Amino acid sequence: MNKPAAIPSSHVIHASETPGALTPPGSDPIVFATDIEKYFGTNHVLRGCSMTVWPRETIAILGRSGSGKSTFLRCLNFLEEPSAGTVTIDGYPVEAMPFGGRSGHHREQIRKLRISAGMVFQEFNLFPHLSVIGNLTAGPTNVKGMHKKEATELAESYLEKVGLQDKRDEYPARLSGGQRQRVAIARALTMEPKVLLFDEPTSALDPSLVGEVLKVMEDLAHEGQTMIVVTHEMQFAREAADRVYFMDQGVFAEIGPPDRVIDRPQDERTRQFLSRFLGASQGQGMGPGAVPAEQVQPGAAEWPPELLVPPDVPQHDHL
Amino acid sequence: MIQTIGTGPDLGVQIMEADKSRATAWRLQFFVVWAIILAGLVGFVMFTVKLDATFLTKVVPFIVGGVGVTIFVSFCSITLAIVLATLGALGRLSRNPVANGIASFYVSLVRGTPLLLQITFIYLALPQAGIVLDAIVCGIIALGFNYGAYMTEIFRAGVQAVPGGQSEAAASLGMSGRTTFLRIVAPQAFRIVIPAIGNDFIAMLKDSSLISVIGVQEILWKAQAAGRPTYQSMQTLIVAALVYWAMTLVFSLFQARLEKRQAVGDRAVNPR
Repeated sequence: MNKPAAIPSSHVIHASETPGALTPPGSDPIVFATDIEKYFGTNHVLRGCSMTVWPRETIAILGRSGSGKSTFLRCLNFLEEPSAGTVTIDGYPVEAMPFGGRSGHHREQIRKLRISAGMVFQEFNLFPHLSVIGNLTAGPTNVKGMHKKEATELAESYLEKVGLQDKRDEYPARLSGGQRQRVAIARALTMEPKVLLFDEPTSALDPSLVGEVLKVMEDLAHEGQTMIVVTHEMQFAREAADRVYFMDQGVFAEIGPPDRVIDRPQDERTRQFLSRFLGASQGQGMGPGAVPAEQVQPGAAEWPPELLVPPDVPQHDHL
Repeated sequence: MIQTIGTGPDLGVQIMEADKSRATAWRLQFFVVWAIILAGLVGFVMFTVKLDATFLTKVVPFIVGGVGVTIFVSFCSITLAIVLATLGALGRLSRNPVANGIASFYVSLVRGTPLLLQITFIYLALPQAGIVLDAIVCGIIALGFNYGAYMTEIFRAGVQAVPGGQSEAAASLGMSGRTTFLRIVAPQAFRIVIPAIGNDFIAMLKDSSLISVIGVQEILWKAQAAGRPTYQSMQTLIVAALVYWAMTLVFSLFQARLEKRQAVGDRAVNPR
């Protein structure tokens, strides 16, 4: 493929964006999201979001429901067509074409970009008519034209990685939620993507099943799989992420390493968000003294009541 | 607080037995109703006409001889309908205005006019344009064309019933739109529409009687032909009705089996 180009001309690397611990020194970034905007009708959902990701990094995107974090993630592989901006993955830039319609060329560009960017969905989206192994070979055989035998061997190796080799011939319906999500992760890995996108991968799971999925994700992070994870799992963000992006009303309000953004947030919006977490989980999942108590109360009191209803935030302790 | 009455573990058994006897009584009444209606109909016929055994032994094989034509026409027509409906559904789902326009025009025109008119049009009107076809071919074309339009909407709904997440997952793996449709969406949509295809086939068995008006010698045509000369249409039409009814029951049985198997498949495939 193309050699990773220099930084796209309009891309600005934020002061807090520095290569992660596992990134080989001197590497170029592998993902640039440059000034992504998104309108739904007249609703301005993303207001110029940029992100830089280096190889082998794990990125966590935090923010409350409706802040735009899932939309941003879906814009990265054009499941949502961005209204403006450029996504560059592995030196391959694709520009938003909000007016141009989807010409054949643009569609093909997007398809190539998606091969480099695997995705794991909140609702798993396994193919119900295919067995587990069929789900895993679907990508390599249909997209890469790989032979069935070779694809099966590849699939089996990834199935082993997520610890489900004994479910090889089961159908998705006969798996638990946690197993389904692990199969979905393995399915995304079979395409050997440069970066894996996770869209709230544990939010649809029964609390008792979250741990097994997070374990797989942590292992991937430690192995150096580049990942961008939209999540509500503070523990995961704190322990696995190289960098946290906190999104509020369509902008990244705060960017930085987890020990700073989660434990010592500088931005008032981040503090308010985290204070809700602290309140919702009785301090579980927060480091000791993460947010001083005097900041919690005022923050919570300012929220409109409907936002105080704690949310789609799983309340449990599993790591 | 449930055990306050003190009925002990027998309560469950008692409830089950009560349910069972109620079900038995219901079934009994149900069959009595059928028996009474049937007896009434048979009595009416016996009272109205003389059942001439020699006439019936001649006429029944003649009418049953139409079963082959009826089933042949229905099979050919449903096959044609499936082909047309597949194309129609692709058109109706297409973002291309030409394809979409053609498909929706087809559906609108066919659904907006009577089937009997369509049959006679192809048989009686097309020859004016120089197109002269065999009656049975006209019948197959008309029925297939008509059912294809209704099935277009069924197929379209089947495709739309496949969750959007399926296409997104396929797209995120890098599949093209075409591959996504062929490998991921269509197989799932097909499972959804199989029962509907069975239903339409059974309906087609009966609607195929309409092509008797253009002289295709299927069950109804034969029944009319056999009864007319001696004014014994009551007998011949009843025979025809019983033949259709029997065919419907047989194919409904297949249909029920298929749906049962389908339901098991769905449970294994789609638990939620």
